[in-house]
Amino acid sequence: MSVQLDRRADELRLRVVSKPTRHDSAPKHVAGSATFIDDMREPEGLLHLAVGGAPCASGQILGVDLDAVRFAPGVVAVLTAADIPGKNDVGPVQHDDPVFITDRVDFRGQVVFAVAATTRDAARRAVKLGKIEAASGTPLVSVDDALAAESHVLPDYTFRKDDTASALAASPKRVKGKLRIGGQEHFYLEGQVSLAVPGEDGDIHVYASTQHPSELQHLLAHVLNLPQAAVIVELRRMGGAFGGKETQAAQWAAIAALAARKTGRPCKIRLDRDDDMSLTGKRHDFVADYEVGFETNGRIKALETVMASRCGYSADVSGAINDRAMFHADNAYYLPTAVITTKRMKTNTVSNTAFRGFGGPQGMMVAERMIDEIAWSLGMDALDVRKLNFYGQGRSLTPYGMTVEDSILPELTERCETLSEYRRRRPEIAAFNAASPTLKRGIALTPVKFGISFTTTHLNQAGALVHLYQDGSIHLNHGGTEMGQGLNVKVAQVVAEEFGVDLDHVKITATTTAKVPNTSATAASSGADMNGMAAKNAAATIKDRLVTFAADSRNVPIDQIEFRDNRVFIGNESLGFPEFLRQAYFARVSLSSTGFYRTPKIHWDNELATGRPFFYFSYGAACSEVLVDVTTGEMKVTRVDIVHDVGRSLNPAIDIGQIEGGFVQGMGWLTTEELVFTKDGRLSTHAPSTYKIPCSSDVPEHFRVTLWDGVNREDTIYRSKAVGEPPLMLAISVFAAIADAIHSLNPGVSVPLDAPATPESILRAAQAVAQH
Amino acid sequence: MRGEIRFLRRGQVVRLTAPSPTLTLLDHLRLTERSTGTKEGCAEGDCGACTVVLRRLRGDQITYEPVNACILFAAQADGAEVITVEDLAKDGELHPVQKAMVDLHGSQCGFCTPGFVMALFALYHQPRAMSVDRAQVNDWIAGNLCRCTGYRPIVDAGLASCALPASDWFTAYEPEARQALAELKDTDDIFIGTRDRFLAVPATVLSLAKLYFANPDATIIAGATDVGLWVTKQLRQFQKVIFLNRVRGLDEIEDRYDAVSFGATVTHAQAIPYLTAIDRDLGELMRRFAGNQVRMAGTIGGNVANGSPIGDLPPALIALGATLALQRGERPRTMPIENFFLDYGKQDRQPGEFVRMVRIPKFTAGEQFRCYKISKRFDSDISAVMGAFKLRIDGQRIAGARVAFGGMAAIPKRARATEKALIESRLDQPKSWDDAVAALTEDFSPIDDMRASAAYRLTAARALLRKALTEIGGTSSRRTRVVGFREVAGVGAA
Repeated sequence: MSVQLDRRADELRLRVVSKPTRHDSAPKHVAGSATFIDDMREPEGLLHLAVGGAPCASGQILGVDLDAVRFAPGVVAVLTAADIPGKNDVGPVQHDDPVFITDRVDFRGQVVFAVAATTRDAARRAVKLGKIEAASGTPLVSVDDALAAESHVLPDYTFRKDDTASALAASPKRVKGKLRIGGQEHFYLEGQVSLAVPGEDGDIHVYASTQHPSELQHLLAHVLNLPQAAVIVELRRMGGAFGGKETQAAQWAAIAALAARKTGRPCKIRLDRDDDMSLTGKRHDFVADYEVGFETNGRIKALETVMASRCGYSADVSGAINDRAMFHADNAYYLPTAVITTKRMKTNTVSNTAFRGFGGPQGMMVAERMIDEIAWSLGMDALDVRKLNFYGQGRSLTPYGMTVEDSILPELTERCETLSEYRRRRPEIAAFNAASPTLKRGIALTPVKFGISFTTTHLNQAGALVHLYQDGSIHLNHGGTEMGQGLNVKVAQVVAEEFGVDLDHVKITATTTAKVPNTSATAASSGADMNGMAAKNAAATIKDRLVTFAADSRNVPIDQIEFRDNRVFIGNESLGFPEFLRQAYFARVSLSSTGFYRTPKIHWDNELATGRPFFYFSYGAACSEVLVDVTTGEMKVTRVDIVHDVGRSLNPAIDIGQIEGGFVQGMGWLTTEELVFTKDGRLSTHAPSTYKIPCSSDVPEHFRVTLWDGVNREDTIYRSKAVGEPPLMLAISVFAAIADAIHSLNPGVSVPLDAPATPESILRAAQAVAQH
Repeated sequence: MRGEIRFLRRGQVVRLTAPSPTLTLLDHLRLTERSTGTKEGCAEGDCGACTVVLRRLRGDQITYEPVNACILFAAQADGAEVITVEDLAKDGELHPVQKAMVDLHGSQCGFCTPGFVMALFALYHQPRAMSVDRAQVNDWIAGNLCRCTGYRPIVDAGLASCALPASDWFTAYEPEARQALAELKDTDDIFIGTRDRFLAVPATVLSLAKLYFANPDATIIAGATDVGLWVTKQLRQFQKVIFLNRVRGLDEIEDRYDAVSFGATVTHAQAIPYLTAIDRDLGELMRRFAGNQVRMAGTIGGNVANGSPIGDLPPALIALGATLALQRGERPRTMPIENFFLDYGKQDRQPGEFVRMVRIPKFTAGEQFRCYKISKRFDSDISAVMGAFKLRIDGQRIAGARVAFGGMAAIPKRARATEKALIESRLDQPKSWDDAVAALTEDFSPIDDMRASAAYRLTAARALLRKALTEIGGTSSRRTRVVGFREVAGVGAA
């Protein structure tokens, strides 16, 4: 791996960028000295918060009696909606997320009040004494409930490409089906946490575990009725986020800030794991109906799909998530005609939110099921159907009007096919299955084509701030947030490269709205693309000044000035970077600059549902094999081979970590991770005892990742590609492999496998196929 | 009589003279000591972020035991040295386990990392003749969740750092540690509090029996892997608490020619080798029972006394024909273990009576055993269905049968109608199994819950019965299972 990439780095004579550098915090992580918010030395007089909520999933609050709470040991203050000086809302888009409810109940546990006490234990105990009386209605819990009641959180949205009805009618083969796709709990290991410290003039400084400090700052200003400039949001790192701290850190930060305002004391809130899982949104589950028309050779003619999602009680970012499900309902396949609709259903459950892939994975599941249906119907190898339908020459227009300009999937898939020995294993598997009544093997090779950019165009901007000091050390700040993905080290590599110094010259600092304002969430895989560019621009601005100073002071042409090896070379002279900076300082050269970046080329017309929402696509392919017990539904993943495209990697070690981790997280979503709600709207899988993310033994010994040897055709930071989300969808290969194993029971029959493929789901599908 | 809890911490003896009986070790570390390297991920022993290592002197052996500090009460650390993630590096030099985690990119967000480091640190110190393999590392970290990495680099770090026998500053200073731990040892009962509100850690069975007889309203805590959650999640408070971790004799294993007896406080980890020796499936069941940290703390007696309908061990014990020994005051009582489970949450245990021992008879000629656990995740999950089967085979004829299931009723329960229908059926005639398979419906009416539906449970139970008969009839488990093959040595303690 490192040999291959060092070669590519050498092409550009890169010294820091493209090296498999370790995560900047790794030595602190392993020593327990990396500080998370709950680890910060607690300010004197700190109060701890806990929240109390609605006893039913829908209905009306009739009475709230908090007297016993107020008089409980250690309690200093009780907060309700009446304590909000500004707006009682933390909704990111639609303003429909109250901090505290007062009358209508929209989901079970929805927060009614908070307690501030001298210890966390006292706060948690006091909350239990609250008496909330409510008239309970009949909750809409599932997508089906909401569809039956026509309960929508946002209007439906549709992409149309050409005359799908005629194309379907003219198709020699048609298959209809339904696919249920489960949601997913983020299970970031560090739960939601915020610490609010009051300052003078009512100012507030909030340390929050959030992916979106700027939005949080704006929401807090709105809740506290303060100018945005009076609110600072800061964080050094999150203990995982995955989308779950993009919008949903806001309510807890708001409660901490309100309590700090009311008591004049620092206040901290850290949700207990069960509360975190019960009170924060998850990946949207979908129910998709589809009909695909195709030629007898396997070529798709038309797709019609309606995908209905459980958005929960409010809009949150469900609109953009459903949009992205639509953007990826083609995955890598050319659809000559298509009608793609999403229905954004309102339910009496937590408001579902961003989660790595942001709707894309659910859309792609529909695309891959469509391919499997064609293969099952025609008796073809599903991989052949996939390859036959890839975007390519003359077949490059997506259902949303963007042209796919760089489909590298045919070659990339070929590589994966070779590395995985797919063609050799196919007949082996068939022979095994023919002789094995209980155990069946299955294999699938599925591609990923993931669009990179926020589909809300204005969000594609980023800022950075770089200071050089006279000893040669560099203070780096940017608007991105570190949640484990290695963003900080990548951006630091970019800055070190720019100044020709070793990485240890660059000091990585906490993200804060006071240094870089008006930023976007660290989301949509865009962190390194955008913040890397912004930091490079900041560094380049300073470097330009330094080059000018060097040239003017020595009377040397600019092209004879070079920054490398921790030195500055000016004509025949060379001096150490710090010495050079001291000279620049004495010559009154500014050693500080901001940097800014906006992603080029992108545009979107929401009315016409057409445009270029994505700067480029990231690609990948995975081949997975599984072993299934068709009598119990138990399943084991036995081999995985991945080829993934990250352009010219900024840091192959970090990128491989993202690919492996994303794949395993996706595998969990589609296999062991099941969210179960009771009919009365209670989440019964609200703890790791009942909600099972993958553990170490679920990962096969043969789990190989190869980076695709190519560069981004677009002008991104060092021609790299985004890596955060795309690998998650490589795990669809596991789901397709399970369906393949079940299909062997009765070839030619559709496999009605729903996600997650728990033992029960697998057994249900196997029985349906066997009895068909 | 001793009036304090004491344990070693960074070379000093920590003395807790008036702790809350349910003070967790994690709260002591994070809130009192302000050592925040150890993290709280779930506060219920399922994620391993709070893993610390207890170094103990057991007999003349020094042991390194990884435990979940979030559900381990301070009293349970009595007599041990508590080692946390901050303690591993020495003079600015990372420990080999830490170094491997850094070099192999084993951390991303870093929140689970201290727990993994401590689990691997304990593995590093396990006595072993040769380097560990992947399955052992996987098993050793089955109780640690990571949401970022996909585990591959963490496993590689474990393999790399545990390739050689332990040699670090902990082994270098082991004589001093041994001395310090020996000095902490005493044979005193611990009693802190008053008659109405106390924390007691009796040292003998006699003092336990007396104390509990006099205080039948006290809460008994062995491994705390369940009671811990009553405290961290339900915020329950107890007036009187009796810990079993110091009771001499209650932790003994007696391995005789005809039976193995486990004292009530024998941990799952300690029992695994003996259970594996009885049958490989039993060892595998207990390996999958829970993550390593829970197996290190949880006890055989606790798993029985707790009476959970989904406890993994009771159905196996019922099928094995185990006997339960109880004691109240000075009065012992024994019973077939299936009689202990009366109804949901209700056991045949008198006020003041405690579980003393479980006795498992060894197999006699013609006896064959199988057990299976079905769960959403293989490791560290709770069963949707757990089935255990002991058959006495005469040629191809089934001459005797004991069958029990977990997850199928309000209690771990024997399948008597199924057993009856099995008698006289033949291993070589699958048709003859049909009556027994059908009889499962007479024995059980399971319920729907978050782990599985009633319909699935019944179907799976039927499949497990057929699987057992197929395997006992001679089919290799390589052809009937996706994990836990009988044909290879099970992964036990590393």
